[in-house]
Amino acid sequence: MDLALVVGLHLLHAVASLALVSIGLAVIFGMLRVINFAHGEFLMVGGYAFVLSAGAGVNLWLAMLVIAPAAVGGLGYLVERLVIRRLRGDVLATILATWGLSLFLVGLAATVLGYRQQGVAPPFGTIEIGSYTLGIYMFFVIGVTVAVVLALFAWLRWSRTGLLVRGTMQDAGLAAGLGADTGRIRSATFVLGSALSGLAGAVLAPLAGVLPEIGATYVVKAFITVISGGTTALTGTALAAVLFGLTSQAAAFLSRPVVGEVALLVVAVVLLRLLPTGITGRYFRRAP
Amino acid sequence: MLNRRSFLEGLAAGAALPALGAVPAHASDPIPVGAIYDLSGPLQGFGQNQWRCAKLALDQINESGGLLGRPLDVRLYDSQSDMQLYNQFANQLGLRDRVAVVQGGLTSSSREVIRPILRRLETLYVYNTNYEGGVCDRNFFATGATPGIYVDLLLRAAAERWGKRVYVLAADYNYGQISAQWIRRGARALGGEVVGEEFFPLDVNQFGATISRIQAAAPDVVLNVFVGPAHEAFYGQWASAGMHRRFPMMSTTFGGTSEIVRMPPEVVNGIMVIGSYYESLDDPFNRTWLAEFRRRNGTGYGYLTDVPVKDWYGWMLWAEGVRQAGTTDRDAVVAALESGIGVEGPGGPLTIDPRTHHCFMHTHLAEARDGEFRILERYPNVPPTNPDDQCDLQARPDTNTMYTPDI
Repeated sequence: MDLALVVGLHLLHAVASLALVSIGLAVIFGMLRVINFAHGEFLMVGGYAFVLSAGAGVNLWLAMLVIAPAAVGGLGYLVERLVIRRLRGDVLATILATWGLSLFLVGLAATVLGYRQQGVAPPFGTIEIGSYTLGIYMFFVIGVTVAVVLALFAWLRWSRTGLLVRGTMQDAGLAAGLGADTGRIRSATFVLGSALSGLAGAVLAPLAGVLPEIGATYVVKAFITVISGGTTALTGTALAAVLFGLTSQAAAFLSRPVVGEVALLVVAVVLLRLLPTGITGRYFRRAP
Repeated sequence: MLNRRSFLEGLAAGAALPALGAVPAHASDPIPVGAIYDLSGPLQGFGQNQWRCAKLALDQINESGGLLGRPLDVRLYDSQSDMQLYNQFANQLGLRDRVAVVQGGLTSSSREVIRPILRRLETLYVYNTNYEGGVCDRNFFATGATPGIYVDLLLRAAAERWGKRVYVLAADYNYGQISAQWIRRGARALGGEVVGEEFFPLDVNQFGATISRIQAAAPDVVLNVFVGPAHEAFYGQWASAGMHRRFPMMSTTFGGTSEIVRMPPEVVNGIMVIGSYYESLDDPFNRTWLAEFRRRNGTGYGYLTDVPVKDWYGWMLWAEGVRQAGTTDRDAVVAALESGIGVEGPGGPLTIDPRTHHCFMHTHLAEARDGEFRILERYPNVPPTNPDDQCDLQARPDTNTMYTPDI
C-alpha cells in the first residue's frame, strides 16, 4: 500500500518534470511555430544562471525563480531580434540557425564555465511514508509545474493580452488589421517561452545537475510532447505530458527502464497515427 | 581568373604531391600519429580531458627531442561523439595520413567501430579507457582498467565495511551489462548476492521508481555503473530522498567527468570509488605531473581521474615501444611492447601483460570527501583480468575475439 502511494507520487513527479521541460517549447514551437532546436540549451543556460548566482551567494529562491527566467528571457530577446525575426516563415533556415545556436551555446558553456562549476544540492528535507522516504523537493517541482500551467492557462484564456496573443497566433493578418502590433506580440511571446525554459532549467537543476551538454537529454522528449499535444499548445502539451509521463514511468516500473523509453515512443507513434494533428487536433480544440 | 576557390584547390593539389612521389623518409621527418577524441557532443566531458592528457604526453615527447630524433606530428580528429565519423576518420588515418599509431575513442561502440578498420589497415591501435574487458587482438593495446579488477576489489571493500547484499544500477549497453555480469560473479564468489539489478538507457534521467525499489530491497550497498550526463540526475534524486544517509554507494564510473568538483559535497560525500588515478595521490611524480598539467591547461578542465590520464600513459607507452624497437614499424613496435615494458606515471607504473595486451596498474580505493577523493587503500600492480584465462596472444597471436566472463 505504501509502495503504491510512493510510486504514484513518483509518477506524478515524472509527469510534472516532462511538462516543465516542455512548457517553454509549447509557447515557442506550439504557439509561435518556431522550431527551436536550442530549446535544451535554453534549459541548460537557465540551470547555469541559477547555480552561478546561487554559488555567488544570491538567495536560492531569488536565483531560481527570478534570475534564471530573467537571464534566459534576455537571451531569448537577443535570439529573437538577431535570428528568429529575420528568418520568419523559412522553416529550414530556422532549424539550421537554432541548431547552430545550440552547438554554439554548448561550446560557449564548455569553454567559459568548463567543468568546474559546482551545482546546488536539493533544498528541503525528506518525508516518510511508511518505510519509504521521499524528497520534499519533488513536491516543489510538482507545485511549480501546476502553478505555471494554471497561470499560463488563465492568462491566455481570460486576460486581454492573452487574447491578443491568441489572436495573433490564429490569424496574424486579421489581428494586425484590427490594430494589434503583431511583431511585438510575437517577440514578447518568444521571450516568455524562453523565460519559462529558464525557469524549468533552474527548478530541475538540483535534481538533474547542470552540464554544458545536458540540453540533449531534454530536447527530444520536449519536442515529442509538444508535437503530440497538437494545435492548442498549452492544453495539448499538458495532456501529452500526463499521457507520456504516466506510460513511460509505469512501464519502467512494471518492467525495465528501457521498456519505459520504448513505451513512450510507441505511444507517441500510435497517437500521431490516430490523431495526426495531435491530441488537441481533435479534443479540447477551444482551449488555449 | 584566380578566385579563392581555385587558389585553394591549387594549394591542396600542391600539398598532395609529395605523398604521390613516395619520397623516402628523412631521419628528421616528422612521424605522423593519429588521435580521435570526442571533443564535442554528449561525450565531450570525457573527450576534452582525454585530449588534454594526450596533448601533454605528445608535447613532452616533442619538447625532449621527439622519437628517434624525429618530432611527432599529430593528426587530431574530433569525432563529435558520432560513431559514423569514427569510421570515416579511422579510414583517413590509416589510408591517407598513414599514421604510425592511432589512439583515442571512449565508448565501447567507438572502439568496435575503429578496431576492425585499423586491424585491416595494419595500423596499431591503443585504447585508453576503462572498458568491459576481454578484447583479444594483437593489433590492439588497452591501458584502461577492466571491471574484473574494479568490481572484485570494490565488493571485497564493501563486504568488510557493510555487507555482501548488493543492488546494481548500470548503464544499458555492453559496458554496463558486462560489468553487471562481473558483479554477479564477484558477489557469488564472496558468498554474497545481487538483490537487485537495473539497467538504464543512456538518456534516462528519472530514477524515482528505482529509488523506491532500492528502499524495499534494503541492500547492504548500492553499486552503480552510470555513464553520461543524463545518469548524473540520479545523485540529486538520491540525495533529495535522503538515501545517501541510509545506503552506502559505490561506483566504478563516478568521477570520470569531474563530478567531484561539480556536485555539491552534501550530495556526493561518502561515495566509494576505485581507480588507478586521482589528483589527490600523494607522491612526488604525481605532484610534478599535475603541476605541469595545470600550468598548461589552467584549472577550468575540472578534475582528473584515471580515464583521461590513461591517454597520457597510452602515448608514453607507445613512445617507449618505439624507442626500444628503434623504428615505428608496427610489427617491431608490437614485439617491443610485448616484451612487457612499462612506464612510470602519475598513478604509478603501468606495465604491459604480453598475453592479453592489457596492463598491470596500481589501483586505489577512494572516497568522495568535500570536493576531493580521499585515498583509503592502495593495491599495487594489480594484474589485468582475463575472462576465464581465454586470451593468450603469445600462444595464439592470430586471435581476434572479444571474450566475456562465462556465468
